[in-house]
Amino acid sequence: MNRSYEKTFSVEGGNFDNAGMASIEIKKILKDLQISDDVVRKAAIAVYESELNIISYARNGHITLYVTDDAVNVDVRDEGPGIEDIELAMKPGYSTATEQIRQMGFGAGMGLYNIKTCSDRFEISSTVGEGTHLSIKINRNGQ
Amino acid sequence: MKLGDVIEILEAKLLAGDERHRSLDVKTAFSADLMSDVLAFAKAGSLILTGLTTSQVVRTASILDAAAIIIVRGKIPAEETLKLAEELGIPLISTRYILFETSGRLYANGIVGCVEKIGGTANGAS
Ligand SMILES: Nc1ncnc2c1ncn2[C@@H]1O[C@H](COP(=O)(O)OP(=O)(O)OP(=O)(O)O)[C@@H](O)[C@H]1O
Ligand SMILES: [Mg+2]
Repeated sequence: MNRSYEKTFSVEGGNFDNAGMASIEIKKILKDLQISDDVVRKAAIAVYESELNIISYARNGHITLYVTDDAVNVDVRDEGPGIEDIELAMKPGYSTATEQIRQMGFGAGMGLYNIKTCSDRFEISSTVGEGTHLSIKINRNGQ
Repeated sequence: MKLGDVIEILEAKLLAGDERHRSLDVKTAFSADLMSDVLAFAKAGSLILTGLTTSQVVRTASILDAAAIIIVRGKIPAEETLKLAEELGIPLISTRYILFETSGRLYANGIVGCVEKIGGTANGAS
């Protein structure tokens, strides 16, 4: 592939019925771009956890997929409460998930940690009362 | 082992999917009720054993390219969960065995965990 691909998806906070649909579409796009299975799987997991966090905690958000010859990049931005203590939020097992989120099988406190594990580069920033921004990069040619 | 054998061992029902899924080859499994644990540890091509019946299980399985979902304790998912499983092509199986028995019966027949222990050796397909 000699050109880059870009697409942005809107995600509505609180819309649990469609939780994961943007991620499934992104995964299909990546497969169609003939990206290797391992990279597709890592990107799909990172996007899915990001999408679930927007739906679970924010008012609304956007996921932008940007694919180049070298990497799959995902930019996740939301308008929401933000995260006060990022270090704590990143810890496996830490979760403020509500009963509704737990009933769906989420709230293990593994999401942000999973995103980081799947990424070759991961950046997170957040402003309390405004929102959260994730920048995810997965290299296409191994590490 | 073929998915058809899994269904037989568990005296289970194939609720979503068709006959052609019975010939799918499976070697590994992962049991969990928390989807982020599944996402952290399960491998593509694995069976996901769970007591959850929400559509999130189907979406999680699809994200991971899981072989099939096995719902334990005889639970039957809602119509929309079954519909989604058909749409996304994820076979959905329901067994009356409890999670412990389901895992044990599969293990005794050669299915192994996706990961043996955390920080330990990976088992089966990677
Ligand atoms: N976009 C966000 N906006 C506000 N808070 C967030 C956001 N993402 C995560 N958090 C906070 O960080 C915590 C940890 O998030 P993480 O995704 O790691 O786990 P979780 O969502 O609680 O559970 P899991 O992702 O395993 O289902 C959340 O419980 C929540 O308090
Ligand atoms: Mg999460």
